[in-house]
Amino acid sequence: MSQALLERDAPGQTKLGIVDCDVHHATRSPQDLYPFLSHQWREHLATYGSRRPSPFTGASPFFKSAPALSRHDTWPPNGGSPGSDLKFLQEQLLDRYGIAFGMLHLLTVTGMDQRNQDFAAAMCRAINQWQYHTWTQQDQRLKAAIVVPGEDAAAAVAEIEHWAGNRDFCQVSLVTHTIEPLGRRRYWPIYEAAAAHGLPVGLHTSGYNGVAVTPAGWPSYYVEEHHEVSISQQALITSLACEGVFARLPSLKVVIVEAGLAWVPSLCWRLDQHWRRMRDEVPHLKQAPSEYIRQQVWFTTQPMDEPENPEHLGAILSWIGWDRILFATDYPHWDFDDPENAVKVRLTEEQRRKVFRDNAHAVYALT
Amino acid sequence: MPFASVYAVEETAVSFANNGAIDCDIHPAVPGMRTLLPYLDDHWREQVTLRGIDGLDSASFPPSIPANGRPDWRPASGKPGSDLAMLQAQALGPFNTRYAICNCLYGASSVFNADLAAALSRAINDWLAAEWLDREKRLRASIVVPVQDTDLAVEEIERRAADRRFVQILLPAGGEAPYGKRRFWPIFAAAEKHQLPVCIHAGSTFRHATTHNGWPSYYLEDYVVMSHAHQAQLLSLISEGVFTRFPNLTVVLAESGFTWLPQFMWRAVKTWRAMRAEVPWVDRAPAEIIRDHVRFTLQPTDAPPDARMMEQTMEQIGTDRFLLFSTDYPHWHFDAQAAVPAGLSPALVQRMLLDNPLETYPRLRETLQ
Repeated sequence: MSQALLERDAPGQTKLGIVDCDVHHATRSPQDLYPFLSHQWREHLATYGSRRPSPFTGASPFFKSAPALSRHDTWPPNGGSPGSDLKFLQEQLLDRYGIAFGMLHLLTVTGMDQRNQDFAAAMCRAINQWQYHTWTQQDQRLKAAIVVPGEDAAAAVAEIEHWAGNRDFCQVSLVTHTIEPLGRRRYWPIYEAAAAHGLPVGLHTSGYNGVAVTPAGWPSYYVEEHHEVSISQQALITSLACEGVFARLPSLKVVIVEAGLAWVPSLCWRLDQHWRRMRDEVPHLKQAPSEYIRQQVWFTTQPMDEPENPEHLGAILSWIGWDRILFATDYPHWDFDDPENAVKVRLTEEQRRKVFRDNAHAVYALT
Repeated sequence: MPFASVYAVEETAVSFANNGAIDCDIHPAVPGMRTLLPYLDDHWREQVTLRGIDGLDSASFPPSIPANGRPDWRPASGKPGSDLAMLQAQALGPFNTRYAICNCLYGASSVFNADLAAALSRAINDWLAAEWLDREKRLRASIVVPVQDTDLAVEEIERRAADRRFVQILLPAGGEAPYGKRRFWPIFAAAEKHQLPVCIHAGSTFRHATTHNGWPSYYLEDYVVMSHAHQAQLLSLISEGVFTRFPNLTVVLAESGFTWLPQFMWRAVKTWRAMRAEVPWVDRAPAEIIRDHVRFTLQPTDAPPDARMMEQTMEQIGTDRFLLFSTDYPHWHFDAQAAVPAGLSPALVQRMLLDNPLETYPRLRETLQ
């Protein structure tokens, strides 16, 4: 870490040079992508639109807590939706909190869960071009994820190969609501490509797959669906661990984004206990599932878990490992975590540096 | 005994010997459809026979998998849990069991034909009464119901409720829809009326994939994520206002694990605080509702690697009334008698063995001195 970053003067309290591992930029409209789509796919987008296995053309089936899922004060004064105005995002997030790097996760348009797979690939390429030209090249603090058409592994690998080596892109991003569990082998070429290029795979809850949100069926309310985000991410980690993705690719790094983290210890206890009883079913695992998770998975903090006794949070973070935790704000969403008060437990200076800065530098190799 | 401390085993051995225990989750196995034929009406006996309908063991618990039948609890032939004498010697005797609650997992709740589900539920309940409860006075049972059709489910509850040896209603964790939805409320009304807790037991009816990402490859994964179905049910029951509408209802989560509960409650409370306008009938924090209305069976425990962490988990759960002793016989979660994990206080163990089950099950209080 350079002294310059450490001493960056910021209006907020911290002078750490925070890395915010979950920032949501946005398109003003899908037409933002037109310059990066062929005539055919522009026409397709205009005519057939985004077709995903979800009931509405213009809304999530679980209506969120706020328009655009966002804080009311994040709508740019010059129009557009929250996260769509670079200058306003710079002022409201990067400058205000002294954020040295912001890791971008795009949710307003997606490619991977498009049912037309050629369109999915075209959309991912266009999204990546748009990210590069409109965002990362405009502000070097912003780092994009390579969005890939992951249901078609060959196309996804081609997309990774296209961008690998471009340091504006620091990770590979998959939609997490996939057709099959993410550990299944149809996705392995993607992990192999990511690992080969030293790119972590960032998994931010997103997308539609037509599968019930819970193993007990579809809930009625957003208050349920919002909580289920963290539960389905537990199933995702279970899949990656048990199907042997970590065992086969020891250099693969996975970042779990916006799923909370207080569930990590109890999930690991459960995984290990039943793995001990049934390990003959998964002989490709050479160590307990929790060992792989500890070695290869990082977790972002937001939405920060809030134990009834705040002291208990420290024990959970310690159990997961102070070098595995990445601070995130989730700007501009309604459940934004403020870097100045989101972590309601006293951190040592070393812990603070790791969580707010150094871990992210290590996992993303930021420059 | 990899998951229990010697201290806990000795302590609890004393408790077992002194006071006995109430085992809130054991699994008698239906040997096969032939066993149920005498308990089916003429139509369904003919249908089952003509069409060769058989083999309805839940795919959530294949009997051949070691986890579903402890090696020393397996009969020489037949399924684990199918032999009354073995169950008496292995599940009841060693723990000085005063009562044990039979949760029969045969697949009535998974068939698509609701009338067949009702016929099978009736048959299973009558078979349990005649061949288990009548022959062993320490046994109690859960009412198997055709949850596919709420009217038929209530009918079966009403038919069986007069037999006080049936102490709760049994539902599979993964059904057609989350149980908080109003279509299921007549089941909760019947439960409250008859002082029957509702037990949501591990197991899927395979109506929905076991994860939001579809079907995992391995049984291990299915088993691990089974607790996610329990968590979804809990969120549903709370969010839809079931406990507000039925204030005397108790829900028992069985074979769900419970060390996931603290973080689940924190997240549920945080989300509810932000989103409570969406569900205005939820008038208390989810954690309070859970502590008042929801109970958990002991096995499998999913214990942390050291007892101190278990102690902290218990502190976070914040009530000593939530836990119900269970062996989960014949499923294999512990060896010998090491049913009680390290890190539970002697006071909690005492409550778990007897007091909590008696508080949870009004019908057990009627007969236990």
